Amino acid sequence: MLGRTANSLFWMFRYLERAENTARLLEAALRMALTRDLVTAEAEWRSVIATLGLQKAYEALHDGYDGVSVWNFILRGPSNPGNVRVMFGAVRSNARMARINISGDVWEAVNENWMKLDALLARPIGQMAVGEVLGAIRRAGTQVHGAFDGSMLRDEGYHFSRAGTFIERADSTARILDMKYFLLLPSLSYVGSSLDTGQWEQVLRSVAGARVYSWLNAGQIEARGIVEFVVLDDRFPRSLAFCRSALRDNLAALARMHGVEGHCNALMRDADTRISHLTVDEIFDQGLHEFLVDFLARNASIARAIAQDYRFHA
Amino acid sequence: MSAGGSNFDEMFDGGGQTRPAYDEYCRWYNEQPGEFLKRKNREADDSFRRTGITFNVYGEDAAEERLIPFDMVPRIITANEWRKVSRGIEQRVRALNSFLYDLYHRQEIVRAGRLPERLLQSNDAWLANMVGFTPPGGIYTHIVGIDLVRTGPDEFFVLEDNARTPSGVSYMLENRETMMGMFPDLFSRIAVESVSNYPRRLARSLAACVPPAFTGGKPTVAVLTPGIYNSAYFEHAFLADQMGAELVEGSDLRVVGGRVQMRTTLGYKPIDVLYRRVDDDYLDPLTFNPDSALGVPGIMDVYRAGGITIANAPGTGVADDKAIYSFMPDIVEFYTGEKPLLPNVQTWRCADKDSLAYVLDNLAELVVKEVHGSGGYGMLIGPTSSKREIEAFRAKLIARPENYIAQPTLALSTCPIYTRAGLAPRHLDLRPFVLVSPEGIDITPGGLTRVALKKGSLVVNSSQGGGTKDTWVLKD
Repeated sequence: MLGRTANSLFWMFRYLERAENTARLLEAALRMALTRDLVTAEAEWRSVIATLGLQKAYEALHDGYDGVSVWNFILRGPSNPGNVRVMFGAVRSNARMARINISGDVWEAVNENWMKLDALLARPIGQMAVGEVLGAIRRAGTQVHGAFDGSMLRDEGYHFSRAGTFIERADSTARILDMKYFLLLPSLSYVGSSLDTGQWEQVLRSVAGARVYSWLNAGQIEARGIVEFVVLDDRFPRSLAFCRSALRDNLAALARMHGVEGHCNALMRDADTRISHLTVDEIFDQGLHEFLVDFLARNASIARAIAQDYRFHA
Repeated sequence: MSAGGSNFDEMFDGGGQTRPAYDEYCRWYNEQPGEFLKRKNREADDSFRRTGITFNVYGEDAAEERLIPFDMVPRIITANEWRKVSRGIEQRVRALNSFLYDLYHRQEIVRAGRLPERLLQSNDAWLANMVGFTPPGGIYTHIVGIDLVRTGPDEFFVLEDNARTPSGVSYMLENRETMMGMFPDLFSRIAVESVSNYPRRLARSLAACVPPAFTGGKPTVAVLTPGIYNSAYFEHAFLADQMGAELVEGSDLRVVGGRVQMRTTLGYKPIDVLYRRVDDDYLDPLTFNPDSALGVPGIMDVYRAGGITIANAPGTGVADDKAIYSFMPDIVEFYTGEKPLLPNVQTWRCADKDSLAYVLDNLAELVVKEVHGSGGYGMLIGPTSSKREIEAFRAKLIARPENYIAQPTLALSTCPIYTRAGLAPRHLDLRPFVLVSPEGIDITPGGLTRVALKKGSLVVNSSQGGGTKDTWVLKD
């Protein structure tokens, strides 16, 4: 496979994942804003912008944080070059570039969803429409992944795509957790109390884990349990442990197919040994923030190594 | 249903009777409920959009992609008509290849006084570094598109030869897929020659032209595209996909160890045959346009040393400009020793004084084209142009007469298209696709029918708002 094509597949799935995660983040914020007071709502919208690293660009345009401004900025803001409309455009143009290495089903799922989303995101999105738009973005991800799973040849292109998915997903989960942790720092002294379970629930909702967590824990919301679930539970497909393990498998498959291990495999092993036997207590002792910063840095360097090992660029 | 005007209509004769080729189709058509046809017409558009069969229009927003309008009424050719036409095409394509070989070798045709030397010297597509070089297998034009127009029952004319990088074949294939998906019962009632194995034939044809450096095994074939913003990107990806070839861009390629190699995830890998969809000018920045980022520095040296096959060969454009076109009847005769089976459209070369005078006197009746133009750009269609347009064109013509040829405005045949008000006749042409390899000449039955969608319009180019039809050659 061409290095450029591998790059297209990797980024096609990173952008797809990013669009989907952004939609989940907004859905969670939307729900919170609807159920809490105005001050909490404003803080929530502010934290969404901060999680995505968009404070500067956003504040250049707006004086305050309200839902309509925030979601329009994130979904379609012309002054936000990383808006979801642009992301999905990048999903499609990467799919076009890799057209001969993806199945017709995957291409059609991408193309149809792009047509739908591009039209939905062409106009300002009001209170009444935002739920529908966010749902459509999430379903786009689901449909592409479904077509991908059912129709793609399990060749190197498959593994580059999966690697992109899990690099991006791990990045997103770690950022959401880090941002919430920062906001919730004061409440940590009340670990085990029910002081602000709403905020911690919000973490779960942003990574689509609220229902399953509460089912596993008989409805008990508690900071330590949530961190353990989101970081270490390898049954949960958006946890850091799950993403690491899936990434490891896909990179191992690539090494097997190419008959040689790359720098990315070595980095992967190194990163892996630092997480596989950790307990949640050890994470808190080390500092959750420090742990997440280290995790994000390693995740990014693995992504760079993949691009280098497999000649993504000339 | 209604018959066309004074020109030849493919479906109806002068008395409004269905021609034999369309008998069964019209019977089927009349059995279909109006609502059903309306719904199918809408579905066709959706299906093209969903599958992303689009083209980009130059000069518009780079991101804009358009559909080429598809008309669901097929254009039908009988087996007998096709036999005659394809014999003529084969003869012409054989002559084109011999002509190119001769031009870049001894130039017998010039020595024999059948072609003026100045036509070569002044030809922008002429490549001095092809002189004395013979491409692998002796093939210059691996893929040719011959544009035909029809004016009567037995009157097919060649309007243009496309010997560089003819496009449109993906529409021929997708139009058929769409028709079979929409109207399966039609194909069980009428026996139509298949076109679907074109990509396999193309792959085989290209693989038959490996360069001397080929080391055995399965030849590595790649399609070179300028990228996703090129107007025909869909087609490039489509053909690579169907052939099982790599789809490469200039930035993927590099000359390593005397071969053109592509950057794969495992390192550089040599390419044996490059089906390039990039013009000569952009192929090699070391030889041609130094600003080009679309090509491969040094590819021409590798080519001349036998390290790669380029299809079509560089420099083939010299055979398909419109000044050479006017000599095609002589060229066919010179190389095949036979009279041309397919006539040319009468052509006045404005470089000749007498012709220019005639053209200037009759601008309102003629079609005037740029010698090197294509895509329907930069031409004048006298009968449908305003006085002002004609006068503006007259000035250009006087300033550079050698840049133009003129032809009579032909009474192009029509075939009905589907409109909300029912069937309505529109003018059309036909581009059959021809593959040339050392194994022979292979013509896919039918080709791409392009149709003007505006009433009375003679311009069928997709860049000018034309559409396409599925083209059927009936089985005997």
